[in-house]
Amino acid sequence: MEGVDGSGRWQDDLYDLLRRNNVTQFAYVPDAGHRILIDRSLADPEAQSVALTSEEEGVALLAGADLGGGRGVLLMQSSGTGNCINMLSLIKGGRFPFLTLVSMRGDFGEGNPWQFPMGQAVQPVLETMGVICLRVERPEEVVPTVTAALTMVFQSGHAVAVLLTQKLLGAKQF
Amino acid sequence: MLTDHDAPGKRADRAAPEFTLDRRDAVPALIGRHEDFLIVGGLAGTSRDVAALTADGANTYTMAGAMGGACMIGLGLALARPDRRVLVVTGDGELLMNVGALATISVMNPPNLAIICVDNGHYGETGYQKSHTSLGVDLDKIAAGSGIKVTRTISVEQELPDASRLLREGNGTVFVLLRVKPTDPPAFKRNMDPAICRVRFRTALLGRS
Repeated sequence: MEGVDGSGRWQDDLYDLLRRNNVTQFAYVPDAGHRILIDRSLADPEAQSVALTSEEEGVALLAGADLGGGRGVLLMQSSGTGNCINMLSLIKGGRFPFLTLVSMRGDFGEGNPWQFPMGQAVQPVLETMGVICLRVERPEEVVPTVTAALTMVFQSGHAVAVLLTQKLLGAKQF
Repeated sequence: MLTDHDAPGKRADRAAPEFTLDRRDAVPALIGRHEDFLIVGGLAGTSRDVAALTADGANTYTMAGAMGGACMIGLGLALARPDRRVLVVTGDGELLMNVGALATISVMNPPNLAIICVDNGHYGETGYQKSHTSLGVDLDKIAAGSGIKVTRTISVEQELPDASRLLREGNGTVFVLLRVKPTDPPAFKRNMDPAICRVRFRTALLGRS
C-alpha cells in the first residue's frame, strides 16, 4: 500500500528486487521501518521469513544459507547492529557474502535520546568489522543502491549494509 | 532443611553422576554414519569431535569462534537445503551464549534439522570452569520450553541407538542433550581457516565455490 509519501511503493519495489535476485531468507527482529518487507516475506510462499530473538542470530543464519547455496538478507534497526559485532567475525573471517538493510535511529531528527549512542556508532562499528556501508536518503535512491549492494554481495562476495536513514524513513514522533 | 535454592553448590554435586559417558565413544556412536548429514560443529570441543569422526570432511563446517552461532548456521543451511539432513553438534557453553536460537529454530521447525548438545557441564577450552549446566540449568528443558517438540537427554549408553535414529527420522527439529564427563575431545588437527572451509564445503555440496 502506498503511503502519502510514496513509502509503500519503494518498499514494495525493494521486496520485488530482492526476490528477483533470488533472496529467499528474510531474517529480522520486528521493526516498523521494515514492516512492509517483513509482511511481504510472511505472505510469500517461496520465501522463508525468520523472526529472530537477537540480530546476531541473523548473521549466523545467512552464513548457513550461503553454505547451502541460498541467499538471505538481515533486516534490522540501528540498535541491532551492536548485537551483531562478534558474530561478524564469521562473515569477515569466512569471507561470506552478507547483506543487511538497517533502518536508522539516533540520527536526523531523533527524539529519543536512548537511540543516539548506537545510532551514531553504526557506520564506524560496521566498517571496522569489514562491512561496507551505503547510505540512502531519498526514495528514488533505494532501488539503485540495493541493486548495487546485491552485486557487491552476491557477485563480489563482500559484506554490505544499506543504511536507510531517518531522512528517508522520517523520525518517529514522541 | 536446605532447599536447592539455598544451596546451589549442592546441585552441582548431585548432577555430576549423570555426566559419565566418554565423548570419544558417545559422540561417534550417536552420530553413526556421518555421511548422512551436513554437519556444523560448534567451538573447540565439538569441532574436534566432528573433525576426528569425519577426518575433517567436506560435509562439515567447524567453528573456532563466533560463539553462539552454531545452531543458527544450521538453521540457515537446513532452510537452504531441504533435500539434505543437517546436524548441529555443539557444546553447552556455546549454546548457552545464544539460547534464543532455540526459540527461533522452534518457530521455523525445519524437518531436516537436528541438534546435538554435547554437555560436559564445563568450559573445557578455557580450563574446565563449571558451566551453568553443572549448576542446575537444564538445556533439554530450555529446548522443550522453547517449543522444540522432540527432545532427549542421553546419559547412558543404552539410550544412544534410539537417539541416533531420531536424528535421522525427525519430522520436525530434534534436540538431543548428550551428557558426558568433562574430559578432552579427540586430539585432531583440523583446518581452522574459516574461508577455506567455506569454499571446501560449498565446492563439495554445490560443485562451485
